[in-house]
Amino acid sequence: MRVNGAEVEAAVDPRTSLLDLLRETLGLSGTKKGCDQGACGACTVLADGERILSCLALAVQYAGREITTVEGLAGPDGPHPLQRAFIDHDGFQCGYCTPGHLCSAVGMAAEAARGVPSYVTADLTADRVVLDRDEIRERMSGNLCRCGAHNGIVAAIAATYAAGPGERA
Amino acid sequence: MNPFGYARAADAADAVRLGSAPRAAYLGGGTNLVDLMRRNVVAPATLVDVTGLSSAIEERPDGGLLIGAAARNTAVAEHRAVRARYPLLARAILAGGSAQIRNMATVAGNILQRTRCPYFYDVAGSRCNRRHPGQGCDAIDGHNRDHAILGGSPACVATHPSDMCVALAAADAVVHLRGARGARVLPLTELHRLPGDHPEIETELEAGELITAVELPPLPPGAASGYRKVRDRAGYAFALVSVAAVLRVERGVITAVRLALGGVAPKPWRARTAEQALLGAPADPATFRAAARTELAAAVPLRHNAFKIELAERTVTAVLADLAGEAR
Amino acid sequence: MTTSAHGRAPVGPAPENWAGPVPDPLTDPARTRRIGEPMPRLEGLAKVTGRIKFAAEHAYPGMLYAALACSTIPKGRITALDVADAERAPGVVLVMTHRNAPRMNPMPGFGSDPKAGGFDTLPVLQDDRVHWNGQPIAVVLAETQEQADHAATLIRVGYAPEPAVTSWEEAVANGTAPTTIYGGPGRRELGDAEAALRAADVSVDEVYRTPYHNHAAIEPHAATVLWDGDELFVHDTTQMVAHSAWSLAKIFGIPEERVHISAPYLGGGFGGKGLWWYQVLAAAASRLAGRPVRIALTRENVFRTVGSRARTEQRVAIGATADGRFEAIIHTGASATSRSADLSEPFILPAQCTYAARTFKLGVEVAYLDMMANTSMRAPGGAVGSFALECAIDELAVKLGMDPIELRLRNEPRQEPIDGRPLSARNLVRAWRAGAERFGWDRRNPTPGAVRDGEWLIGMGCAAATHPYVRSPGAAARITLHRDGRAEVEVAAHDMGMGTATAQTQVIADRLGLEPHQVTFRFGDSRLPGLVMAGGSQQTAAIGAAVAAAHRELLAQLLKLVGDGSPLGGLEPDQVGSLDGGVAALDDPSRHESYADILDRAGRDRLVAEAVAQPPEELTARSMHSFGAMFCEVRVSSVTGEVRVTRFLGSMDCGRIVNPRTAASQFRGGIIMGIGLALTEELVLDDRTGRVVNASLADYHIPVHLDVPEIDLIWTDIPDPHAPMGARGIGEIGITGTGAAIANAVYNATGRRVRDLPITPDKLL
Repeated sequence: MRVNGAEVEAAVDPRTSLLDLLRETLGLSGTKKGCDQGACGACTVLADGERILSCLALAVQYAGREITTVEGLAGPDGPHPLQRAFIDHDGFQCGYCTPGHLCSAVGMAAEAARGVPSYVTADLTADRVVLDRDEIRERMSGNLCRCGAHNGIVAAIAATYAAGPGERA
Repeated sequence: MNPFGYARAADAADAVRLGSAPRAAYLGGGTNLVDLMRRNVVAPATLVDVTGLSSAIEERPDGGLLIGAAARNTAVAEHRAVRARYPLLARAILAGGSAQIRNMATVAGNILQRTRCPYFYDVAGSRCNRRHPGQGCDAIDGHNRDHAILGGSPACVATHPSDMCVALAAADAVVHLRGARGARVLPLTELHRLPGDHPEIETELEAGELITAVELPPLPPGAASGYRKVRDRAGYAFALVSVAAVLRVERGVITAVRLALGGVAPKPWRARTAEQALLGAPADPATFRAAARTELAAAVPLRHNAFKIELAERTVTAVLADLAGEAR
Repeated sequence: MTTSAHGRAPVGPAPENWAGPVPDPLTDPARTRRIGEPMPRLEGLAKVTGRIKFAAEHAYPGMLYAALACSTIPKGRITALDVADAERAPGVVLVMTHRNAPRMNPMPGFGSDPKAGGFDTLPVLQDDRVHWNGQPIAVVLAETQEQADHAATLIRVGYAPEPAVTSWEEAVANGTAPTTIYGGPGRRELGDAEAALRAADVSVDEVYRTPYHNHAAIEPHAATVLWDGDELFVHDTTQMVAHSAWSLAKIFGIPEERVHISAPYLGGGFGGKGLWWYQVLAAAASRLAGRPVRIALTRENVFRTVGSRARTEQRVAIGATADGRFEAIIHTGASATSRSADLSEPFILPAQCTYAARTFKLGVEVAYLDMMANTSMRAPGGAVGSFALECAIDELAVKLGMDPIELRLRNEPRQEPIDGRPLSARNLVRAWRAGAERFGWDRRNPTPGAVRDGEWLIGMGCAAATHPYVRSPGAAARITLHRDGRAEVEVAAHDMGMGTATAQTQVIADRLGLEPHQVTFRFGDSRLPGLVMAGGSQQTAAIGAAVAAAHRELLAQLLKLVGDGSPLGGLEPDQVGSLDGGVAALDDPSRHESYADILDRAGRDRLVAEAVAQPPEELTARSMHSFGAMFCEVRVSSVTGEVRVTRFLGSMDCGRIVNPRTAASQFRGGIIMGIGLALTEELVLDDRTGRVVNASLADYHIPVHLDVPEIDLIWTDIPDPHAPMGARGIGEIGITGTGAAIANAVYNATGRRVRDLPITPDKLL
């Protein structure tokens, strides 16, 4: 498995989730455990660019995959534009759901860029997704926030991606 | 979670071979199975990873589609042909879970997901006939707002949670199976069983039998289709009631209709009684409402879920009215 | 006013008595530069890059992982406990039950001592008794979490159940009992309210119900525990480090200074993060095993072993004259509680302060259930009490044929309604008027069900929000001033996402005349000074007062250091203030010397000033409350009964706003939790067993993004002359009024009045 660009090898108990592998074995505690049952989105990471829930992913099933966590979002020039936007728009309070939101939004932008519709998309056959507020809110509804930073989160995502879907993904 | 072995199947034959081991279970995206194992609801000895099996979505000569069992939910919902020709299916998939879950979950895994009845999940503290046959059911006299009004039994009133299956039921989907005794096909509406006296037997699958594909026949030409889900919050929640429908109206008369309900029964509920009442009848709200009533005449409400009868009637009526508007 | 060349005035010592006529100099905008700025969160970059470490993210060599086994009956005795299989399971190091747990003292119940922090007073794992369904009965320690979790499922338990009260109806039928509100009276009366109600021209008299609510912080409770001899170190997630440390010391019978709790960051708290069983169990097990222990509660554990907001049943009756003057306000009822702790819902708080009336009858009682101890959750009392009161006012407005805002304005008090204390900077009327204009209230059609867009019915509603100003005694601060002009300020306070550290850095910069980058604010550690709980929306005031006291002490020390050659020579502490990185004379800011020069000349590397905040006399002398006017627009499906909040405005009156960016987030956070309270949240306890039914985030519905509209905010920003910096609390008020504003909007949209929360689709069919 590659994690944030680095090859990692770990012998794991088949019971070990990708989330626990990241947090306990690899020491990458940026990915959070909010429910451990796929109901909150705090553990969202990218597997080959697709957003998934690492708590419901058995680590053994992800051998050979490229995993990106919040620790791997930043580029050589510093934080990812979305990370900066979260700060600018106060898109978090306690920060516990934040890594999951960030990874989820990056994956969401890629989905939108390739035209994946959502439940609120009026025309399912449209070629292009316009990431308006409703689209962002629906597509991000798998990430819970209890502090109530929803407005800032949506604003940060809109500022980063709404101009052109996925252009900065 | 109990300790278990893990094996990755190279193809369907390999999977069936591996799946014949005692207490083996097939693992797709894991979005339901891993949770069930972690909460000790199920404890397989071996997981056979079948995500390497076919995930292709192929056009059929008859204009239908064949969807590999390992296709991820997102892949189905975003597929051009699904979006264009089976909007009810695309919409139903997009109504289910979250984007992350849809990226992980496979088509077969979605079909075979277990009920979300909280008593089913509470292994240590609640009784459940589905989990432990003969133990009793804590839902029937307990908190049963989310439970079934149709198709339940004194042994079990749990609902099937899938959105996708409701659309598949309305789309006349057929599942392709493969087991030790060979391959066979089964209409999706005949795959899941009603609980009766044996809620622990949830499907017609034989031991070790595997879903390899789902086949969608073409919808009736000129028909409109859609899916609507009613839930307690605006997103990321299981259905209180959902409706999948296919409708064709010609000169004001219904000439084709397929209707299925979710959130109301232990299996995706094909509303054939309502369909009979609708076919050939004028496409107006009074007809829709009356047909829905006919279907729900058999409903048996529990202490907390009588509202689902009215809610289902209204949602059916609204969905059909929308489709009738579209079809005209 | 006398100002410096930069146009600013020195910041002199804060008042000795906050109730007195002299306000904090920082209430004066001319003396502040950073207060009022929307400074981004200091820890922002660390949070968005995943570098902040939470309680379950510290690892130690030899650390063991804990898992809990919990009871499945509400009351009785454990008669059989077979742990042999669990002990034999791979990786298991210890199975701790009541048989082998160390003897410990009971938890000191919150309120029983200023430092007591236990939200439950039961002895932890000391006998075979079961007091609630879900109570921990064993702890497994193993080398990995997977091993511990599995072994916990192998424990077999037999019980002798005893009759238990597990249904609300039964508890109420058994009789309710009077209670207190944080030690104060649980009953307030003025005149004969029942008689006034009967004689009133117009009246309403209704019952409102609210269910149990769970805090549902996204970070589950967790602790990493180490013993070093008889010294205990805990990485915890708690809103009360000092209380928890003192209480753990009592439980283990060791001196307070031997317990050290570190909790710099919390993944949300909302009242739910205090001292519960898990920290005690982890510490006890760690002591037995002789190894560090991490306990990270599963989400199900959180629902079963950490208390929730109690359900309530409230009667609100209001009698009014034909022109809408309140003759009587009656707000009574009961809230559920366990026998081992009573933090019942003080739902009469809004009725005590929001409106004038000729007579009052207010009272909270409790109904006892055999259940997990309940606890405070964001705006205890206010969140659910304002729902009942503000809906009743809306119902009365309908009966009177009067605009509901006009009805509220007509009953604006001139003093604290029951005891007559003078009001302190109450500007709710201004908030109502500004809010109504911004929201477009005049476009509301008062006829229910009259506005429609296709299948969607559209309505507007409003309600008053209120939360008391709180400042508990005991907050202290230590300022360390360095020769290079930097200052460290240390307070045993908390930042669970409110922006405490950022806002306090701004305040400290202004108080000390420094730039924010010269200030380091340290918090979240029991070894820091004082006693500040992150509760009651009090931290801004409590920390502000503590730092103000330490600043007074610092000025005195600085003056002792200045020699005759200093421009400050001969001045008394009350004659000087901080300005531009130094000290200046209040009446002549040109008499100024920098901190660096003062320390340099005195040959000192640093100066340390520590002080305890003045007692909160302003609380008893004045009527001090935060207020707000909440406006909301909803769309209700006439087909399915689904409700969508489409617009929301909070027009707030909370004194001076220290940081508009983080304050807005606090208000929005409260309002969004209020959307959950109104529409989606209900923790269900099975009537037969007292067991939480929906013990998961899939089944306990907190709002998702699609439930949350863009929330507009405005505020009066009028300083309160009796609060430090002029700032009253802002953290909890957002959830108050919101439930009623939504319910009232649903009524306006549909003509349906829902009096039992949450307003789920089934209630609107």
